[in-house]
Amino acid sequence: MTVPASASAAPAPADPAATHDSPAALKQKLRRAERMRKLRAMGLIAPLFFFLLITFVVPIADMLRRSVHDTELSTVWPTVTAAMKGWSDRSTVPDEATFAALAKDLRAAGETKTLAVAARRLNYAVDNGRSLVFGTARRLPVNATNWKETLIGIEPRWGQVETWNAVNQASGPLTSFYLLAALDREKLADGSIIKAPEQNSIYIDILERTFTVSLSVTLLCLVLGFPVAYLLATLPPKHANMMMILVLLPFWTSLLVRTAAWVVLLQEHGIVNEILLALGVIEQPIRMIYNRVGVYIAMTHILLPFMILPLYSVMKGIKPHFMRAATSLGATPTEAFIRIYLPMTLPGIGAGALLTFILALGYYITPALVGGAADQMISFFIAFYTSDTVNWGMASALGAVLLAATLVLYSLYNRLVGISNMRLG
Amino acid sequence: MGKADRMSAIATSGAQQPTASAASDTIVSFRGVQKTYDGESLVVKNLNLDIRRGEFLTMLGPSGSGKTTSLMMLAGFEVPTHGEIMFDGQSLRNTPPHKRNIGMVFQNYALFPHMTVEENVAFPLSVRRVPKHEQKDLARKALAMVKLEGKENRHPGQLSGGQQQRVALARALVFQPKLVLMDEPLGALDKQLREHMQIEIKHIHERLGVTIVYVTHDQSEALTMSDRIAVFNDGIIQQLDSPTGLYETPQNSFVAHFIGENNILNGEVTAVDGAFCKVRLNGGTEVTARAINIKGVGSRTSLSFRPEKVLIEGINADHPNQLPARVEETIYHGDHVRVRMTVAGSEGFTVKMRFRASRPIPVPGEEMAVAFAAEDCLALDPV
Repeated sequence: MTVPASASAAPAPADPAATHDSPAALKQKLRRAERMRKLRAMGLIAPLFFFLLITFVVPIADMLRRSVHDTELSTVWPTVTAAMKGWSDRSTVPDEATFAALAKDLRAAGETKTLAVAARRLNYAVDNGRSLVFGTARRLPVNATNWKETLIGIEPRWGQVETWNAVNQASGPLTSFYLLAALDREKLADGSIIKAPEQNSIYIDILERTFTVSLSVTLLCLVLGFPVAYLLATLPPKHANMMMILVLLPFWTSLLVRTAAWVVLLQEHGIVNEILLALGVIEQPIRMIYNRVGVYIAMTHILLPFMILPLYSVMKGIKPHFMRAATSLGATPTEAFIRIYLPMTLPGIGAGALLTFILALGYYITPALVGGAADQMISFFIAFYTSDTVNWGMASALGAVLLAATLVLYSLYNRLVGISNMRLG
Repeated sequence: MGKADRMSAIATSGAQQPTASAASDTIVSFRGVQKTYDGESLVVKNLNLDIRRGEFLTMLGPSGSGKTTSLMMLAGFEVPTHGEIMFDGQSLRNTPPHKRNIGMVFQNYALFPHMTVEENVAFPLSVRRVPKHEQKDLARKALAMVKLEGKENRHPGQLSGGQQQRVALARALVFQPKLVLMDEPLGALDKQLREHMQIEIKHIHERLGVTIVYVTHDQSEALTMSDRIAVFNDGIIQQLDSPTGLYETPQNSFVAHFIGENNILNGEVTAVDGAFCKVRLNGGTEVTARAINIKGVGSRTSLSFRPEKVLIEGINADHPNQLPARVEETIYHGDHVRVRMTVAGSEGFTVKMRFRASRPIPVPGEEMAVAFAAEDCLALDPV
């Protein structure tokens, strides 16, 4: 009677595996099914990915490396920088062998005309480091029995621990010198980190100034942009489109042109001052340019669209019935605005503020053109070190500090507002 | 004639109430209200409507009929162009929406997405400066009433459509308003859930005794829930009546057509005899009908029939109201069979026939007769 038995079994699922997969097998199936889609997605982003990798990620990584990588001195003074490794008692100057190595390097560098490189590098860390190097090299004897005494005799600063600490820190290949300097800190011979002396401490102030200016500009943009965005989102489409063009028009104009236009408008005999004078509002032209006021005006104007657009897109999504619901439930219009509308625009405020703030942090051209000496932001100094003094280590360190600050703010924003999860494929 | 008696009873009971003690019985009164948005066409033309305390009144009508505008004027989101709205004997003219103390449930719920369910429900209490612990208490009670215990700390986005609707309901009721407005609140739900919520809202209404003004374009929803229905069309209330009144005695062809299913035959009035009249159909046959909305002998009229009130079997040869018909199509619906036929030369006449296995379903092409009682045939304005 095997036939009826098999017949009765027939209605059961023919392949049990098809319906009762183990979770692992099911996952594998899903992976296989999605592989094609993922590959296609990756193929589509590949051109941009490689473009960014070559033109953006690699150069930035290289710049960041320069903020801690320091081989300037070790290239021109290989012997002494190697000898510095043996400097163990940091409370006194190194031994005779190190001084001998210094003399050897000084001579060699003098012959290959690379003394200037060493002089420049030591000048960052030692006051008058340039004269120290060149002065010693000029009076260097051909031979000496005791190089230590001879060199200290030529230049007493070789007898100071601070000088050797600077040489040691410049020996590379890795250094914290630039990063610490970017934060107005320096490392003593014993490894402890202290605040740099007053006359060398400028970067914390600059960083503070950069943040103050960026924050003020962001707030100004928010205060000025919020009502505009609200109007844009609530006006009938015909008028809203017109207004949108007014918002976007400056957005499409070159940044340099707009900054230059503000120079024309705000200068001492510019249009604004002339009008105010003609109206009798003021008797003397007010100074609105080459100071903080000019920076605020120009930067706020340039960055406004970055605040208005995210706000607008969020406000556009808030249907009027939320406010109606709030008032029908007994909230006054003000209360409804504060408790319902404002919280609902928070993602827009967050996005706009983040965008404006981060853009403002890196502003260079505008403060450089309409600001005074005391209004220059961190980018100005990065540019200064990059192209004027060719101190790439310092430029990189300042860039790294700016990047770190930006990332910290971004993660803070992400924590507070939440950025929608990005997923590949 | 029993049916007619019952209907007249409803009609008289409906007529008595507003006159008895108008001040306390009427909670809302629209008086000559007009509304225009563009200054050219009136969206609401001369609205006069008394809403009784504790009743469930539905404003029913197609879109653009003025029902939502009327509700929005009552809520205070629209201002009447002309006329007056009285609430509890006071004019609402200078009362802003937040001072009207009227609960409202919106079509898309309008729950505040950044607040939890409990915060949403407590919102009307918190703006009324009710002490915190009392807010929590009342909010929880309101949530229990709509069967949402345990969902207090969820956000609206985490709830299903039906649950969101319940939250909106709890929020509109928690501050114990005398009047609750509902603007198509069930429109976004699927059919089954909608029917379930209809019953639930009805029960809540019965339990709380609150006055509810409900706007919908769904006639079956209106029939299910309402004490009275105001049928809107073209900015005018076409008829204000109980569900039975509307279905059994529609006052004009629009209402007859809008509420339930309806068949129409056109003809001319030949004689009027009290509540009844004789109508000669376009085909020439003469029938007797109830005279509801006719202009007298010689005028055109549209006869209105409900599909379930037309007989197509067991008709006596001497039945006074019978018409020749030809079967076009039959559709089997389980409990009944829908027979589409051409009656007295006009197509698309539908008859509902109870299905019994013992009886054959008519075959398309079959010639037969349809008959109806005179009181089931209403002579209305011509369409």
